[in-house]
Amino acid sequence: MANVRLIARLDIKGSNLIKGVHLEGLRVVGDPQVFAERYYHEGIDELIYMDIVASLYGRNNLADIVRHTAQRIFVPLTVGGGVRSVDDVRDLLRAGADKIAINTAATRQPDLISEIARRFGSQCVVLSIEAKRRREGGWEAYVDNGREKTGLDAIEWAKRGEQLGAGEVMVTSVDQEGTRKGMDYELIAAVTSAIKLPVIASGGVGAPADAVRAVTEGGADAIAIADILHYGRHPLSAIRAAAIAAGIHVRRT
Amino acid sequence: MKPHVVVVDYGVGNLLSVTKALETRGADVAVTSDPHAVLAAERLVIPGVGAFADGMAELEKRDLVRAIREYAASDRPLLGICLGMQLLFSESDEFGLHQGLDVLAGRVVAIPNLAGGGRWRKTPHIGWNELLLPPTRDTWERTLLAGLKEGAAATYFLHSFVAEPADPSVRLADCDHDGFIVSAAVQQGRICGCQFHPEKSGDVGLAIIDNFLSM
Repeated sequence: MANVRLIARLDIKGSNLIKGVHLEGLRVVGDPQVFAERYYHEGIDELIYMDIVASLYGRNNLADIVRHTAQRIFVPLTVGGGVRSVDDVRDLLRAGADKIAINTAATRQPDLISEIARRFGSQCVVLSIEAKRRREGGWEAYVDNGREKTGLDAIEWAKRGEQLGAGEVMVTSVDQEGTRKGMDYELIAAVTSAIKLPVIASGGVGAPADAVRAVTEGGADAIAIADILHYGRHPLSAIRAAAIAAGIHVRRT
Repeated sequence: MKPHVVVVDYGVGNLLSVTKALETRGADVAVTSDPHAVLAAERLVIPGVGAFADGMAELEKRDLVRAIREYAASDRPLLGICLGMQLLFSESDEFGLHQGLDVLAGRVVAIPNLAGGGRWRKTPHIGWNELLLPPTRDTWERTLLAGLKEGAAATYFLHSFVAEPADPSVRLADCDHDGFIVSAAVQQGRICGCQFHPEKSGDVGLAIIDNFLSM
């Protein structure tokens, strides 16, 4: 059995750690570096930084924050938001990122996934999918933080991403994100059964039991957690303990 | 005296984290693609992510293949990380057969996707796994992994291919990825390799770096 990873997801706007609901209504939480260091010392398995307005404004200011983080934090770091080219990827890797999450640019130019995979290896390409339930069933992939439709079926897009050479898929439920009402377990299960890549489930963890369900019902390989960690609602240790109690393999720290 | 470490820069991946991890543990680090600096190194680290053939091509382009081979023959400490470990071996199957640095005998092969009972084993192998003593070893004393607790110390892996050393005594640690035994670390004399990323493995990884720096 592979160990399930517990990942802290830090959404970044400008130089701040922020948190929204449904990826909108953003509130400033604090200095991302402070939170990242705290999670590192508490034994987080990975960190994800998402510059959540970067693609909206067509800019990329994450490299500095990443460089700062990489000085003192020795766990894997995935960085996304505004990645538009192979050069952007090189810069972020050079700044200390291990993996790159790509969303908007990939929907507009799918071959970018292949180009990055060819140059830096599949293992560093995370296809980030923002999925929103369709009234008629299924999910549609959105971009720009759940603001803009792509017309792509989220599950088909995940399969396409796998074929193009992504090494991992992160699926965020726009409906559940920031609500703390639990994750979209059907969505997670639909993605994990459609592709053979590791899947990071994101959006909606309000209690340790939600993270457990992402694995037991959704088959997730990793869970991205934000709100409940940032606001100290549940410590990482409680989530880890709940996973162990449910018989899920996690790193024992 | 600060230990001096040369980190080989051959154009790909995250060099900052490995540099910072070494510096955090008291090393003086030079990141370079100069073959003369490699030959003169006190300790050498070959990091790396990406594809095997590309890695070798980038080393060739910078005239680093001969320098690394010559360094490796001199019994000075060497640490290959992830792709850097795989490159130490004779050859790889990744996207066709490719020659490696041939410092260690063996080959690099894909992690098989077919697990027991017809299940699919996921690749890339991403995540934290506990290090295990291979059947050929009963202790990590006086090795790169000295002081670590077998079955308890976990490190971070991110890879789709694995090295298969020809000489089983070279295997230093294994890990179990969904029923498949991964050669997680190797050591022959002072030539070491980690399939995992010590610079991304928290305190356990930093302890391994300490061991490398005191070799």
